[in-house]
Amino acid sequence: MTGPIGREAQLIQLANVSRWYGNVVAVNDITMTIGPGVTGLLGPNGAGKSTLLHLIAGFLAPSRGEVTVGGRPSWRNPEVYRKVGLVPERDSVYAFLTGEEFVRATAGLHQLADVGGATRRAIAIVDMADAQGRRISTYSKGMRQRIKVAAALVHDPDVLLLDEPFNGMDPRQRLHMMDLLTKLGAEGRTILLSSHILEEVEQLAGTIQVIVSGRLAASGDFRAIRRLMTSRPHVFLVRSSDDRRLGSALIGRPAVTGVELTGGGLQVRAGDFGAFSRELAGLAREHDIRLRELLPEDESLESVFAYLVES
Amino acid sequence: MDGAFNKIVASITLRAVFGRKRALIFAIPPVILIAITLILKAARPDGAPWPGRILGDFGFSVILPLTALIIGTSVLGAEIDEGSIVHLLATPVRRSSVIVTKFVVAAMLTMAFVAVPELVAGLIATGGVTKLAIGLFIGALAGSVIYNAVFVMLSVLTTRAIAVGLLYVLIWEVVLGNFVGGVRLLSVEQYSLGVANAIAHYSALNAHLTLSTALIMGVIVTVGALVLGTRRLSEFSLKGDAV
Repeated sequence: MTGPIGREAQLIQLANVSRWYGNVVAVNDITMTIGPGVTGLLGPNGAGKSTLLHLIAGFLAPSRGEVTVGGRPSWRNPEVYRKVGLVPERDSVYAFLTGEEFVRATAGLHQLADVGGATRRAIAIVDMADAQGRRISTYSKGMRQRIKVAAALVHDPDVLLLDEPFNGMDPRQRLHMMDLLTKLGAEGRTILLSSHILEEVEQLAGTIQVIVSGRLAASGDFRAIRRLMTSRPHVFLVRSSDDRRLGSALIGRPAVTGVELTGGGLQVRAGDFGAFSRELAGLAREHDIRLRELLPEDESLESVFAYLVES
Repeated sequence: MDGAFNKIVASITLRAVFGRKRALIFAIPPVILIAITLILKAARPDGAPWPGRILGDFGFSVILPLTALIIGTSVLGAEIDEGSIVHLLATPVRRSSVIVTKFVVAAMLTMAFVAVPELVAGLIATGGVTKLAIGLFIGALAGSVIYNAVFVMLSVLTTRAIAVGLLYVLIWEVVLGNFVGGVRLLSVEQYSLGVANAIAHYSALNAHLTLSTALIMGVIVTVGALVLGTRRLSEFSLKGDAV
């Protein structure tokens, strides 16, 4: 049996794909094509990113539409995994195996001709050679993620799917993973990663797919979409008749996570947008401070996505 | 290489099973069975029907199904519960191969932990290589096969496989099986006893099915359970976002 050749082998294609659970629509009529390079699947928590990734990975049946990877339907088609690697979000690995045993077993399940060579190569790619002899149960979260990536890469797939790959990683591990994914994308593989954190994807992905409430809210070059996003989450500039007193009053409020007195006013970081908005006026009145200006210096990613959907 | 039985899947399964504390439970039933046999043998060396009651009734309605339930639901169900099954299913390994391998491993373990102790207890109880000892052994082998096909299937079908399995064993087989004749036709215990009795010809075994009925039904249930298990595993789904 021969598979698709050339670029089609690396394409992820969704045609009018929907997935619903009873009356709840998790993914709503999405059509997209994802090609070589790093693509970020972005969206707020619960937006439908994981559902979409599971549909692409063949671990969820579309209620309507068609999902193909490398020209083949991914649902109920184990053959698709010859060209696809999956790094699931859930931190559930065979913890009783060593890292090397886990990757070697995966290579064996892929029926590779050179299991030993493929295992060594995959472990080297994620820089886990020193820890490969240890049981996975002794690994940190970041090391588990890396050994999962090694297992997903052991058969040299054209397409690599990663669900929230940076969860639980420390900054150094994140940098390492970003370098690795950038390199894999530059090699011409199709890398699709989901994340709810903009900063990670900002540095990695040339293309993003933004999912909000199950719909494709924006798609394309990240920088072009980023220009539509006016500011960063939950940061406000407040000008008042007495910024110093207002600042000291605000810092005592649970909704406020940080206050900085700047030349232009009071920069306030609010953990809870709604509570802060409600409390600010009352607090100013209570301390007899006149509010002159309130500017959102940033907006939450969720708000930006919601704006994209509504517009 | 990609046959029905996958050595890598079997190896991971065995290491997973024996890596859990639950594995210690496997050793308890055979110890109980042999201990009771030794005690009764010492106390009532010539007691007429007790080997049939203990090794047949107790062994086949309690020890065999419950051990098979623990083993059969853990070889695959635990991986599904933990989520580690995704790593196995994200490979081109045939789903039928996964089910058959898990089933074979579970059946072999049950044979080791129940059928062999049944043989040992039978040899002790009857004082040598008798038809009863051999019949109990062969019956327990058959039961190990059929029960595990059912319990492996249950572990793919439901997240409450142990509860459903317990209900089947205790309510369907033990309670209803004693009062409603038709129930016995869908009782793995009766298939096992039917096989055992065909060799032992021992009335105290309480076997109600002929050998041919037991074998035909046993094959149908085993094959049906494996086919259904494979079908459901082929449709294994991950939960998406919280909706």
